[in-house]
Amino acid sequence: MTGRDSVDGLWAPQALRIANKVQESTDVFSFELELEQSFDIRPGQFNMLYAFGKGEVPISMSAGPPTTTRLVHTIRNVGKITTDICAREPGEEIELRGPFGNTWPLESALGGDVVIVAGGIGLAPMRPVIQALLANLEQYRRISVVCGARSPYELIFREDVEEWSARRDLDFHATVDIAPRGWTGTVGVVTSVIEQLSFEPQRTTVMTCGPEIMMRFTADAFCDRGVPAESIFLSMERNMKCAVGFCGHCMYGPHIICRDGPVFRYSRLRDLLHIREL
Amino acid sequence: MSLRIEAAQLGHLLEVIRNAGYDLLGPTVRDGAIAIDRISQLSDLPQGITDEQEKGLYRLRTQASPSYFGFSAPAQTFRRFLQPPTQTIFWASRDTPGGPLRMRSGSNVDSKLAFIGVKACDLAAIGVHDVVFGCDPNPQRPAADPLIKDQLYGMRRENLLIIATECGQAGSTCFCASMNTGPEIEAGYDLRITEFVDGEHWMLIDAGSEQGDTLLSHLAGRPASEDDLTTREQLLERTRRSMGRSLDTRNLPQQLARSFDSPAWEDIAERCLSCANCTLSCPTCFCTDIEDATDITGRTAIRTQRWDSCFNKEISWLHGGQVRKSTASRYRQWLTHKLSTWHDQFGSSGCVGCGRCITWCPVGIDITEEAARLTAGTEASS
Repeated sequence: MTGRDSVDGLWAPQALRIANKVQESTDVFSFELELEQSFDIRPGQFNMLYAFGKGEVPISMSAGPPTTTRLVHTIRNVGKITTDICAREPGEEIELRGPFGNTWPLESALGGDVVIVAGGIGLAPMRPVIQALLANLEQYRRISVVCGARSPYELIFREDVEEWSARRDLDFHATVDIAPRGWTGTVGVVTSVIEQLSFEPQRTTVMTCGPEIMMRFTADAFCDRGVPAESIFLSMERNMKCAVGFCGHCMYGPHIICRDGPVFRYSRLRDLLHIREL
Repeated sequence: MSLRIEAAQLGHLLEVIRNAGYDLLGPTVRDGAIAIDRISQLSDLPQGITDEQEKGLYRLRTQASPSYFGFSAPAQTFRRFLQPPTQTIFWASRDTPGGPLRMRSGSNVDSKLAFIGVKACDLAAIGVHDVVFGCDPNPQRPAADPLIKDQLYGMRRENLLIIATECGQAGSTCFCASMNTGPEIEAGYDLRITEFVDGEHWMLIDAGSEQGDTLLSHLAGRPASEDDLTTREQLLERTRRSMGRSLDTRNLPQQLARSFDSPAWEDIAERCLSCANCTLSCPTCFCTDIEDATDITGRTAIRTQRWDSCFNKEISWLHGGQVRKSTASRYRQWLTHKLSTWHDQFGSSGCVGCGRCITWCPVGIDITEEAARLTAGTEASS
């Protein structure tokens, strides 16, 4: 007969040992997970991380380039599942299944200017892209990164940020909404920084990840400066349960975010982003 | 080749199917409605029963005709036998906190199912789900990942035997003719039955698969004559003309895609109770929730999949709140998904025209009326 003797591969999580845990801010932690077998995940894609008996959360890979030994996820402690995961320590395990979703357009961006705009925890899915760009600098023209946060305390990946700020081959900007004394970066929303960037609009690829409202204003700002909407990429987020388009939770108008995204061209989102409660 | 049989032969057919090891599921009267349930013999079918359906109204009546399939869309669909309302995805256990996870499979598929008396609308709905769950035998568009399919659905579907029936009469909430899913049934069946009561009680049976051919060889009948085939054409034409509802589908997906800001959604929300009856009665709705839980020891966890609805607030939970808070936004999600964005996502309409959402809406919201109202006046701009 047709009985199944094993858990459907789609749903079966694999356990990975935590090799290292880094506290990125008050409530954000990065976990480096040991890989015993190669795990083909690319920048933009995500895994479903499981908390025993509590549920799953979709989390993007947050460091690259893809290596055969380490998989990195950066998680903000916001609910019961992420609280459970964030409490784990090196030596313990995290169960996950994946990878799911599509990737950032690193290939189609080749040969042109690239601008990365990240807001808050949105820097996590962007870090592997920045790392890949820096590893292949000669294949791109000007590379700019704008990184926004509510305050410097919420800025994640501080070591990377310091390194990126110091580089001359990277046009790096960090900006915060609220600055304490001693902050030497910019104060203001990311769009105010976009006005100062140099790029050749027709040869520019923009990749942005952050709160939806930030991404929308970012995309519009680049459109205003002449970047085609087809060359602006946003990473979208909705509630996800299955991660493969079967459960219907992450529908966004014509798109199923887990299956068709999470990375979308702005040309495919522009008419949707202004619709309330979509 | 069509075979003409006496109606009583249907009983023999059911027996042959049962003897081949199938569980028979078909229409039967339960609680004053046509339910889809386990059946074992001819007398389980709703012979001589028809239904009356209107906005928010469903009622069975006896009729003089001895027909077995003389009703329109049953109160239930076959959906729950391919995608049960609740099923266990897995069990997981660990003996010590933080210890290794041991996994066990959950719900099993241990029987072969035969669907008896599948109407054109419900057959089309199975085809829609095949696409959604990555089990389309002839994919029209390349799947994002051809290896990803819903395994439990696929296992049930693979062994499914479908005995479809063409309707001799449409109900007053029916509009399959508008959705191009009926009343004629062209493909997707093992056997197709067309039932006639015209002094005699007889049936035309066609095989649509090798299995259907084998079943057909067990039946005593004669090859259909030209007259018999003409009689079928006439019957289908009568059914087509008796559709109680219609929907103009020309440019409908495009027009609805421009309707998201329409004030009409608020107007519908004044009536809509957000009760999810439409999604529960719909044969193509497929949304599910995943629930993870542990037993009281905390050592065994279970993952359960259960039917969900876009009318539930929790389905759009994100960052501590709901994206679709208002009833207007939830009804809009439902209607535009069925009639517009389904095309973008799966290459077809998500509506098969069965009319159940009209019949089972407690406040009588009619998808055909609302779609027509939403697109009225947008023709010029299309």
